[in-house]
Amino acid sequence: MKKKFVLTFPPESTNEPVTCRLIRDFGLDINILRAEINAGQEGKLLLEISSTKGNLEKGLGYLESRMITWEPVAEKIHFQQDPCIHCGSCTAVCFSGALEMDRITRELVFTPEKCIACGLCARACPLGLFTLEFAV
Amino acid sequence: MQKRRTYEEINQKIKSGRAVVLTASEVSELSKTLPPAEIFRKVDVVTTATFAPMCSSGMFINVGHTRPPMRMEQVLLNDVPVYAGIAAVDAYIGATSESESRPGYGGAHLIEELIAGKEVEITCRAKGTDCYPLKSFNGKISRHTVNEMILFNPRNAYQNYAAAVNTSDRTLYTYMGVLLPRLGNLTYSTSGELSPLLNDPWLRTIGVGTRIFLGGGRGYVTGRGTQFRTDVERNAHGIPLKNAATLAVTGDAKEMDTAYIRAAYFEKYGVSLFVGIGIPVPVLDEDMAARVSIRNEQIETTITDYASPSHEELGRVNYRQLLSGYLHLKGKKVRTAPMSSLPVARRIAVVLAKEIRQGKFSLTQPVETLS
Repeated sequence: MKKKFVLTFPPESTNEPVTCRLIRDFGLDINILRAEINAGQEGKLLLEISSTKGNLEKGLGYLESRMITWEPVAEKIHFQQDPCIHCGSCTAVCFSGALEMDRITRELVFTPEKCIACGLCARACPLGLFTLEFAV
Repeated sequence: MQKRRTYEEINQKIKSGRAVVLTASEVSELSKTLPPAEIFRKVDVVTTATFAPMCSSGMFINVGHTRPPMRMEQVLLNDVPVYAGIAAVDAYIGATSESESRPGYGGAHLIEELIAGKEVEITCRAKGTDCYPLKSFNGKISRHTVNEMILFNPRNAYQNYAAAVNTSDRTLYTYMGVLLPRLGNLTYSTSGELSPLLNDPWLRTIGVGTRIFLGGGRGYVTGRGTQFRTDVERNAHGIPLKNAATLAVTGDAKEMDTAYIRAAYFEKYGVSLFVGIGIPVPVLDEDMAARVSIRNEQIETTITDYASPSHEELGRVNYRQLLSGYLHLKGKKVRTAPMSSLPVARRIAVVLAKEIRQGKFSLTQPVETLS
């Protein structure tokens, strides 16, 4: 299985080679997508992890033991279509092209295959019809 | 050949089921091939509409008297403060008033829920008087228990509205939606060629007493809206190039429908209310025929920068460009997005046209003009 996580490091744990241990001790395949880590400061790491379910759980357990909190990154956006009024506010922020107005009907068209689950539409929709779905 | 038709003549035709009623979009399409003189000859009434967030909205309610009676001085509905500085059990639910305990919930949600027939919790306090001894009350109200629900909106149906962009380096959360940094997008909010006051730019037919479609029920224009302006620069088609005239409107909210009245919450801005308004415009003469023939490419608006405190003007754009999905600004291709719903506005125009054709909705000559 492959999942994305955001890890938040408390200032005191930035000295430990956490990623290295996740790979070596728990057999996780890790792709670092984004990192903001500075010694002695709170840091954030966005990882894509491929592994078996058991190893992933052990790895996440290790993180908890080091006081490192983790959050799954949204896998997809859930759109409640029925109450939509087609105002178009969400299309202002959707840069992946998943949310667009139909040129003829002027109704909202959602193409989930194009969605990268950035979550901007959830903040833009005045009716609160988008929710981020996390797979854990 | 007849050069004018009167309100009486139009209403006679409506009564006998002979009136020709088209939506403003249909007339705009016709105007590509027909001159105003022909449109005047063929069409009696044109329906216009809008469905957009309009913050300056609210609803008066009379909750009925308690036993013993109470002069309600501080009133919360679902923990949202409402204005109670009027008679004993009257209150005004301002659309943008916000709950102290539930972020993103406010007066607009109360209005939508009351119209939908849902129960709302009421909590009130008073000092107690000889004639109104009760000092506190807690209970439930709904559209079935309250005496009246009267929508009264001090400023609706803006005649044109400036489009918004953001040239700063940070995202701005505004009533014009989420404006992405460095000209990441542009938002606009009117229904263009379908918009009521853009089809009667000199307010010849829309005035005090005009009967309108309001939130799914009947409503009336009560007068000028707040921030009403007519001294705005206009283009060759008489269209004001930014925010100009406004309408104050009222209607019985017990007759309304949540398909046309919806609560909205704009992140880090607050609560607002989508209001559905439809206004019939009588084609009295060739001049009115020319006005209702207006097309999106002839309607221009100003682009303003929300990153500058004075909303600096960056240029002009017409609605055809806005509806195309992008435009070029300062050498950048900028995505455009609406804030008002064209599909719902179109539906309102169609519903209103049908009611007029069926003789259920007649036209009113204004008691006073607005300009």
